[in-house]
Amino acid sequence: MIQALVFLPLIAAIIAGLGGRWIGKIAAKSITTGALFASCALAWPIFISFLNGTASSHVAHVLNFIHSGALNVDWALRVDALTAVMLVVVTTVSALVHLYSWGYMAEDESQPRFFAYLSLFTFAMLMLVTADSLVQMFFGWEGVGLASYLLIGFWYHKPSAGAAAIKAFIVNRVGDFGFSLGIFGCFLVFGTVSIPKILEMTPGMAGATIGFLGMRVDVITLLCILLFIGACGKSAQLGLHTWLPDAMEGPTPVSALIHAATMVTAGVFMVCRLSPLFAASPTASSVVTYVGAATAFFAATVGTTQTDIKRVIAYSTCSQLGYMFFAAGVGAYNAAMFHLFTHAFFKALLFLGAGAVIHAMHHEQDMRFYGGLRKKIPFTFAAMIAGTLAITGVGIAGLFGFAGFYSKDAIIEATYASNLPAGGFAFVVSVVAALLTSFYSWRLIFLTFFGKARWSGSEHIQHAAHGHDAHGNDDHHHPTPYADMHDDGTAGYLPHEAPFSMLIPLLVLTMGAVFSGFIFTGNFIDPEAGSRFWQGSIAFNAGLMDAREHVPWLVSKSATIVMLIGLFTAWWAYIRKPDVPAKFTAQFSMLYQFLLNKWYFDELYDLIFVRPAMWIGRLLWHRGDEKTIDRFGPNGVAEIVGMGSRLAVRFQSGYLATYALVMLLGLCAAVSWFVFGGAK
Amino acid sequence: MSYLDSLALTAPELILSLGATFLMLVAAWGGDKATRTISWGAVALFAAAGASLAGPAGHGGSAFFGLYTADAFGAFAKSLIYLAAAICVIIAPRWFEVNERNRAEYPVLILLAATGMGMMVSATDLLTLYVGLELNSLASYVLASMAQKDGRAAEAGLKYFVLGALASGILLYGISLLYGFTGSTHYVDIAHEMGGSAGMGALFGMVFVLAGLSFKVSAVPFHMWTPDVYEGAPTPVTCLFASAPKVAAMALLVRVSMVALGPATHQWQQIIAFAALASIILGAAGAIGQTNIKRLLAYSSINNVGFMLIGLAAGTREGVAAVLFYLTVYVVTVLGSFLAVLQLRDRQGKPVEAIAALAGLSQSRKGLAAALAVFMFSLAGIPPLFGFWPKLLVFQAAIDAHLLPLAIIGFVASVIGAFYYIKIVKIMYFDDAADMISPDNGLVERWTMALAAMLLVVGYVLIPWLGAASAQATGALF
Repeated sequence: MIQALVFLPLIAAIIAGLGGRWIGKIAAKSITTGALFASCALAWPIFISFLNGTASSHVAHVLNFIHSGALNVDWALRVDALTAVMLVVVTTVSALVHLYSWGYMAEDESQPRFFAYLSLFTFAMLMLVTADSLVQMFFGWEGVGLASYLLIGFWYHKPSAGAAAIKAFIVNRVGDFGFSLGIFGCFLVFGTVSIPKILEMTPGMAGATIGFLGMRVDVITLLCILLFIGACGKSAQLGLHTWLPDAMEGPTPVSALIHAATMVTAGVFMVCRLSPLFAASPTASSVVTYVGAATAFFAATVGTTQTDIKRVIAYSTCSQLGYMFFAAGVGAYNAAMFHLFTHAFFKALLFLGAGAVIHAMHHEQDMRFYGGLRKKIPFTFAAMIAGTLAITGVGIAGLFGFAGFYSKDAIIEATYASNLPAGGFAFVVSVVAALLTSFYSWRLIFLTFFGKARWSGSEHIQHAAHGHDAHGNDDHHHPTPYADMHDDGTAGYLPHEAPFSMLIPLLVLTMGAVFSGFIFTGNFIDPEAGSRFWQGSIAFNAGLMDAREHVPWLVSKSATIVMLIGLFTAWWAYIRKPDVPAKFTAQFSMLYQFLLNKWYFDELYDLIFVRPAMWIGRLLWHRGDEKTIDRFGPNGVAEIVGMGSRLAVRFQSGYLATYALVMLLGLCAAVSWFVFGGAK
Repeated sequence: MSYLDSLALTAPELILSLGATFLMLVAAWGGDKATRTISWGAVALFAAAGASLAGPAGHGGSAFFGLYTADAFGAFAKSLIYLAAAICVIIAPRWFEVNERNRAEYPVLILLAATGMGMMVSATDLLTLYVGLELNSLASYVLASMAQKDGRAAEAGLKYFVLGALASGILLYGISLLYGFTGSTHYVDIAHEMGGSAGMGALFGMVFVLAGLSFKVSAVPFHMWTPDVYEGAPTPVTCLFASAPKVAAMALLVRVSMVALGPATHQWQQIIAFAALASIILGAAGAIGQTNIKRLLAYSSINNVGFMLIGLAAGTREGVAAVLFYLTVYVVTVLGSFLAVLQLRDRQGKPVEAIAALAGLSQSRKGLAAALAVFMFSLAGIPPLFGFWPKLLVFQAAIDAHLLPLAIIGFVASVIGAFYYIKIVKIMYFDDAADMISPDNGLVERWTMALAAMLLVVGYVLIPWLGAASAQATGALF
């Protein structure tokens, strides 16, 4: 069962990837999508059996892998409650994204390649979440990284896509370096890479120290921080987040699957999988909390100023991942997983909805050129509203709430209830970030679907409306934000609703965004039902969950209050008084520029890392390689051979006398060697 | 042992020499018109001589009081020689018809040369050695200048003759020194004396003998004649020079070194090792920049001889077996290469020898280009082609004999060699078509060439068999 679930996508990827040219794109798409729906159909019963409490965790051995000395690694698929949650998330979103891509990628030349990459990604992600050892997890970890690289750079003819792919790969290398050090460290300390064995031995290691970089440090803290660096890279936490917004260069279904719902949550998954280890180190946990909180705040601030619809959602993802991390940091691993679960649905929904908008608007991604789309694409509008209600956490306690209402509130309350210094910081940040989340999410909705149409400023729309004449006339208008160039601002363009293959996934995900919190809150969060559900697959803190239910009234309502403030501010600034944003940015241009330029992280990294690295690279290339190795190596040898060749040819004069002379000289030399050389 | 028994042991030489005499009479009566008949007659004689090796001539032992020995080593070399010589007879008429006129004495001369070669490999006395060598040489001088319309052929014949005479002089001087200081011309007796108290005089003699023989295998620094003669001689003759006499001279060198000079192995090892390295390096370096494919193959043969000498320099049983193995593969490759060269003709049917004319051959003549590519890759020693294995064996032998530097330098130099072999492939497959080569309908050449190419490609399946054969042949010397 579990084997089929994991390996079906791999088989489909191989068939579509290597045979796509022969079987054709329809067959390639059908095979990959069919395989994913099959996997999905296998995943849900597993998840439900864990919900019912009828299943228990088990490990399915697949193949022997490494048996060398003390290092024993096998391919094995671990199934427990934590894995079951991830299986459902991964296969469901992946299957829906496959289906969605039928419509979204319909005009693309190389669809078999795209679908093969998607299925390959899914396989790697499934290997990651079913890993029983750190080595197999690393295999999946690198596999999803590879697939992410390939898919970000899918439109490789676009230089920006290639650059974004490389950036994602390199930034992830930094994180992966930490992760691999963490794995080496685990092997060094515990003598095994098997996750259950490591967690079993963790209590015995409490308080042990190890020499690292000339210092004595706590073993578990060190290991946790190294592993967390890996998680930071994959989950785009502050410092290693710069690749995620750029990754939006990839096709939108990719953003929904990889850069929102699944791969970027691998870091959170890893921390939860190793939660007993992290729980054993308060220092490491507070590091996780602070980094997560800082990310949540940073990304939310940046999200308020971005104009590219996908980038807004990307920063939103980054921010929500921060929530998950600080939830894990304060010990509410189940809340982190719950948010991961609900987030997968509503964030995938938002991305796919954004994709439908982009599809409708002829590849225009700038929200300044949207507006008034509510009536043109009503279905997409409804889906986006559902997603926004879910992410901003709309709901009434005890009655009904959208998905984010349950998971996000659980996190905010848990940070308060944890009574940790880091938890207090995280609580304040989480409330502020919730305010910002509400603001930028509603800003997106208002700019896109409400107000007047501002499409005429867009070059994409102009091309679509006027055909391709504009190319020849070279009369491109410079895009003017918030300006009505034509009477109605539509430039004569008629947006169209997406095809059914795109709308069905939106519908399914809308269900998830609306109901997933309401249905599953008990199993994930409740102190009693939760401990039954998780079965020890994560460090479930029932006391914290219990304390969470008894926080002050204001704390439990804080998320709802700031949500309403954010909603109102967005409504006031973008519907009521549309000239406010311009005034605001003029007034606080420093702050605005700071946020618009993403806190200048890219510029800073360019200065500190990229330029010196390029400089060293050029030095090694020109001086080291060309002028030293090549000069004295291949080129030098070739030169010597060439000289020898000319010499040999020159001796071959054609004169008999020369030939005879050479023979006699050779003879004399041989004789002399015996007479004087002492060669006896 | 009676003379009759001895004569039975020399059956191949008897068949060839008597047959040659008879065919010469046919030529005298029939004139050049009888060339084809004589050619097939010569081929039949080679077949008969080869068949006789299955009898006592293949393993009968010593004959004529030790002057001559019929053993497995000689039989192995002779089979190769007769095969190569027969092919050189078969391919000749078409070339001569186009460029010259057919000459009835050509097959007869090759028969005589092959008789001499047979003597060389079976000689166990310095005098038999010399007689065989001279018989082969005198026939070769004439063969080199067979093309009367081409000035280069006359030049080649003359150069070969003068330098060959010089080399013979050196060899004879060496023989006389060895005789003077050891008191015998028998290999076995010389070895006995060398093992005892070999003075400086005997070593001098050894150096001179080895120098004279190096000329025959065209090892550096006695190689100077090779490019000029290979270029000037008619292509079928060049094909012969590159194959059969190389086998004979190399087998002779091996037998002299191992049997007669065996006790002085440590001394001659130094000369042979130097000659090996010098040949490999000069053969490789000299080939770069050549524009004539026959000249290029001449340098290639110098280069290959160098590798064979590495096997000899090891001075061990494995080394000698590697030399025989190498010779076999080399003969197949070189025959194939020359068969390919023979097919290069322009629209008037004239032979083309310029390497530049090969440009784009892969489009105009796919099969020829593919075969030539196989030969070049095999010469370069690219696995799994046949040419790779003998190189591996000689290096292995050298390493086992603790001649690691020799193996390493040889190995590095083979990279240089690969450059010009692969350059030819590059010209054929990647350069713009020169369209100078016209289709050719020589069926015999084409099929023989194809066979050689196939042999090189799938040759590795023959390795166990060939390895066993060469090991068995080597066993006769130890």
